[in-house]
Amino acid sequence: MAVGYLRWIILAPLIGAAINGLLGTRIQKAAGKNAIAAIAIVPVLISFVLALNAFRQLLSLPADHRFLLDSVSRWIHVGHLRVDMAFWVDPLSAVMILVVTGIGGLIHLYSVGYMHEEPSFWRFFAYLNLFMAAMLTLVLGDSLLTLFVGWEGVGLCSYALIGFWYKEWANASAAAKAFLVNRVGDFGFIVGMFALFWGLDQTGQGTLVVREIAQRAHLLDGQLLWGIALPTFITMALFVGATGKSAQIPLYVWLPDAMAGPTPVSALIHAATMVTAGVYMIGRLNFLFSMAPATLHVIATIGVLTAFFAATIGVAQYDIKKVLAYSTVSQLGFMFIAMGVGAYSAGIFHLFTHAFFKACLFLGSGSVIHALHHEQDMRHMGGLRKYMPVTFSTFFVSTLAIAGMPPFAGFFSKDEILWQAFASPHGHWWIWLVGTITAGITAFYMFRQVFMVFFGEYRGAHGGHHDDAHGSHGAHHGHAVHHPHESPGIMTTPLIVLAAGAVLVGFLNVPGGLGGSHRFETWLAPVLEPAHEAPVHEPHGLVKKVEHAAEETLEHAEHDPLEYLLMVISVLVAGGGILLAWLMYVRGKIDPSFFSDAWAGVPYRTIFNKYYVDEIYEAVFVNGALGLSKMLAAFDRVIVDGIVNGVATLTRLVSQADGAFDKYVVDGIVNGVGAVTMWVGARARAVQTGHIYSYLYAIVIGFVVIMFARLL
Amino acid sequence: MPTNVLTWMIFLPLVGAIVVLCLPRNAANLIRGTATFFTIPPLIMAVWLYQHFDRATSDMQFVTKIPWIPSFNIQYFIGVDGISITMVLLTALLSFICIIASFGIEKAMKAYFALFLLLDAAMMGVFCALDFFLFFVFWEVMLLPMYFLIGIWGGPRREYAAIKFFLYTMVGSVLMLVAMLALYFYAEPHTFDLLELASRSGSYSTGFQRIAWIGLFIGFAIKIPAFPFHTWLPDAHVEAPTAISVILAGVLLKMGTYGILRINYPILPAATLDFAFYLLIALGTWNIVYGALCAMAQTDFKKLIAYSSISHMGYVMFGMATMTSEGINGAVLQMFNHGTVTAMLFLLVGVIYDRAHHREINGFGGLAGIMPFYTGWTALAFFAAMGLPGLSAFISEVLVLLGGWRSYPALTIVSASAVVLTAGYMLWTMQRIYLGKANEKYVGLPDINGREIFTLVPLGIIVVVLGVYPRPVLDLINASLVHLNQVVAGKAQVALATAGNMVP
Repeated sequence: MAVGYLRWIILAPLIGAAINGLLGTRIQKAAGKNAIAAIAIVPVLISFVLALNAFRQLLSLPADHRFLLDSVSRWIHVGHLRVDMAFWVDPLSAVMILVVTGIGGLIHLYSVGYMHEEPSFWRFFAYLNLFMAAMLTLVLGDSLLTLFVGWEGVGLCSYALIGFWYKEWANASAAAKAFLVNRVGDFGFIVGMFALFWGLDQTGQGTLVVREIAQRAHLLDGQLLWGIALPTFITMALFVGATGKSAQIPLYVWLPDAMAGPTPVSALIHAATMVTAGVYMIGRLNFLFSMAPATLHVIATIGVLTAFFAATIGVAQYDIKKVLAYSTVSQLGFMFIAMGVGAYSAGIFHLFTHAFFKACLFLGSGSVIHALHHEQDMRHMGGLRKYMPVTFSTFFVSTLAIAGMPPFAGFFSKDEILWQAFASPHGHWWIWLVGTITAGITAFYMFRQVFMVFFGEYRGAHGGHHDDAHGSHGAHHGHAVHHPHESPGIMTTPLIVLAAGAVLVGFLNVPGGLGGSHRFETWLAPVLEPAHEAPVHEPHGLVKKVEHAAEETLEHAEHDPLEYLLMVISVLVAGGGILLAWLMYVRGKIDPSFFSDAWAGVPYRTIFNKYYVDEIYEAVFVNGALGLSKMLAAFDRVIVDGIVNGVATLTRLVSQADGAFDKYVVDGIVNGVGAVTMWVGARARAVQTGHIYSYLYAIVIGFVVIMFARLL
Repeated sequence: MPTNVLTWMIFLPLVGAIVVLCLPRNAANLIRGTATFFTIPPLIMAVWLYQHFDRATSDMQFVTKIPWIPSFNIQYFIGVDGISITMVLLTALLSFICIIASFGIEKAMKAYFALFLLLDAAMMGVFCALDFFLFFVFWEVMLLPMYFLIGIWGGPRREYAAIKFFLYTMVGSVLMLVAMLALYFYAEPHTFDLLELASRSGSYSTGFQRIAWIGLFIGFAIKIPAFPFHTWLPDAHVEAPTAISVILAGVLLKMGTYGILRINYPILPAATLDFAFYLLIALGTWNIVYGALCAMAQTDFKKLIAYSSISHMGYVMFGMATMTSEGINGAVLQMFNHGTVTAMLFLLVGVIYDRAHHREINGFGGLAGIMPFYTGWTALAFFAAMGLPGLSAFISEVLVLLGGWRSYPALTIVSASAVVLTAGYMLWTMQRIYLGKANEKYVGLPDINGREIFTLVPLGIIVVVLGVYPRPVLDLINASLVHLNQVVAGKAQVALATAGNMVP
């Protein structure tokens, strides 16, 4: 159905960004920070309302026709390439825009409180709005190229916001690292895009419009590129893009560093929305990925490895935000497990629930950091539940959700993934096993965090660890430093809403085994076909096979007692993780050093130092590229330019030697060059003695004479 | 005006040069004003041209054709098509901007502005000329003012840079001259008319085409500059005054790729197909990657931008060589986009050089806190140079690479890797100059001033508008390029077929 308002979902925040970005300093001076906040928040509200409207409109359509299109204008029509500026909403993008505008709106609100003292308040909100516009372009773009515009756009905003406090060198480095690592992914993405376009063009059907790709994807069957099946090549390249944006092995390294940005940014960009873009992209192109079982296998493997490795790193972190960062990487890994086993809607569902509880966790950590005047080390926290009851309870609820405790949201989504990892035709028991262990580790380190931050006695203030300017600043002004205070309502309200989501949204997709009807999955079914639905488009061998197997699985799923067993196991494992954390950090029955000192502390140190991956990358890739560039620059200067200068010198010497000899030895061209050298040299000397004008007149007059001699 | 508009655009700056020469030497404002005055009408005419240009045809438009030296069948023959009109627009705009950007020149300013206007006239002439001899005359005339502008108003090593530039270009000119004469005498009856020469391209033997192609190509490659003929560029840029760097990178480099499109492609199609298939595409790829890597190692801000130009001009060669509509449209769009983006970059380097009197990247730090507006403008230009979507260069680079994939997937992957390298050196430069703690030496440095912003605004607007909506340029160029592509492909086949018939 053609509609005309989808563009405003993007334009509204873009206009907000433009106003605050171009006029922000003046507005802030003249009308104060509240005016800036209003300019930023109203557009997001507009987008949210329009997104709701789109959702309502989709609901009113029959399931197979849930599709809204807003064609704005022609964009690039060159050769066979036809890309328009057009935006569309289908059940999948509807979920995404609701998440982005809804949670994004809450985070905007929260930021008003959190960034309250920031002098560049306007700049922050301009970036935040720009991010919203870019993210919504990514989601709504109807072609891969428009999607890519948003894809890189969110990268830019991420760069700007990670480096928001750019005066710290480390922040600037983190920002550059994020952008560069993402660019490696983007490189993969464009390669995949090109291969896809020309693969279709081979059959005279080249396109980058997602709907058309969906109809024509079967044309890629049987095509080869360098001996690789084209769908496999394309999806692998696109997946490289996803590993960059969604922080998977091997490109996850930027995300933990990205915590250098203000905490609301971590919640919005580096937890709830941008980092899920890779998952969304795979969901968007699920029909292509279904054609490439090899790629799916790689995705599932990368996903489970990332989930596991990131979780182990999370165990040893002390920075409250770093723990959450690694848990985000880990949870994204879970989403990729789902995508990799072909359970696309399970992956999107986890994306959806994760957006709530992880945004809540980040904002909660921001509330703590705010209360403690920029203290981020959990060793200097403790006992905060007494001082910050709202922050504590919302954080606690979200932690239960991420730990996969029933009936919180994370339980439903994570369990669905683990079950699919086990039962899907693309799944494998070892993926389930590692996933379940990871779920246990997750429960452990998340509760370790809760216990270190909110339980026990407050270890800050008198501890003398404060190297933080804000802390002492507070003390001077006689604030209650030893009594951290609850954050203001503008910050706690979003926490409460998100925590409510963390409790409730899981019920949207209760599996049949628990008496539900998979409502979320049914909603997405027209878009995410392979799991259970018959393909809408021309079926081919593979899809048929997958579909067949999937149907069988579904049959199983309804009745298989195994599903209950696995569910119980995963809850027990998670409970074990929580128990261990409780024994270690609340009861003190087990000293953490029991683990950290094991095997001479080598495993602990390795984990604590994040497996030295940053150091390895630095040594290999960064220094490798720099070394190569220095080498080539030297080659350019010494060899290439050396030859040029050598030829020039030689020519000059020869031409100076003897005119007659010259004639027989050097050919005519070189002769000319030599003569010119002499001529130029003489003139250049003349120039230096102040005869510019005579030559100038000569040139101009000469030229004029040449030009007009014959015409006049 | 309609028929003579191009002639006016070429010769008004020349008149301006003469007028400036007649002004008293010390009347600084009068000289500046006069010089500016003579670049405004061409700019207005450029807008008029843009509005009245027929986008549906690939024919030459606004043509003037008068016999000039009849005994050699040389004509004063000018006109524009989709390829050249973008360059004419760019030249008119950058000439105006650069005159404004030159207001700070104090040394022998009368001569400076006169030479600049002469340069302006010659550049216009090159892009409008449709007679090879006329083209060559303009091409040579351009050389002299450029030589003096670098050699007199340049930095410490200006003489070396100027002579290097001059000699390099002269070598190219000589080869071009030889190839031009060969074409002239090969054609029967002898002619320098480029359209005439192109229409007879079917009759040239493949061997002749190849030799002539290489001769012309080296002449043009030096201007682009293609590896290994590029080493004049960093020196010339580093020594040249700001406005001259802008002209050099913004307009002069395009003459290389323009020349190939205007002369090599239609006149020597068979050889073009031969060489595009390996020489041009390989050089394009090499330029892109090599330029980016060399840029990364530079510590001089201006040299870094110079090497980035080498890299970005690689995209133009790459796109041209793909022989796809996507690639070749991307190439010409990239010529225009690089002209605006790199002009911004050089103007921005000039801003900081005027204040700090050096360009050592590592010698700054934290300028964002000291000069926020300047930093904002730089960020725009940097991200445009990185090919960020929403800014103009993205579209041209994507088109170029997309076009490349059909025939050269492997080389396209190599070229596309430059998106990482470019971001690498740009962001690293950004960080070292603008981010981090403010360098105390430069606290209190004045932010970018009104005149400097004035020179950047039109370019910034173009960069953003074309990024969102590239049709204003794509519509201009498309018809001519589709035609050119067909001509090259079609005629080359005819030529090959004829050659094939003769061989057995």
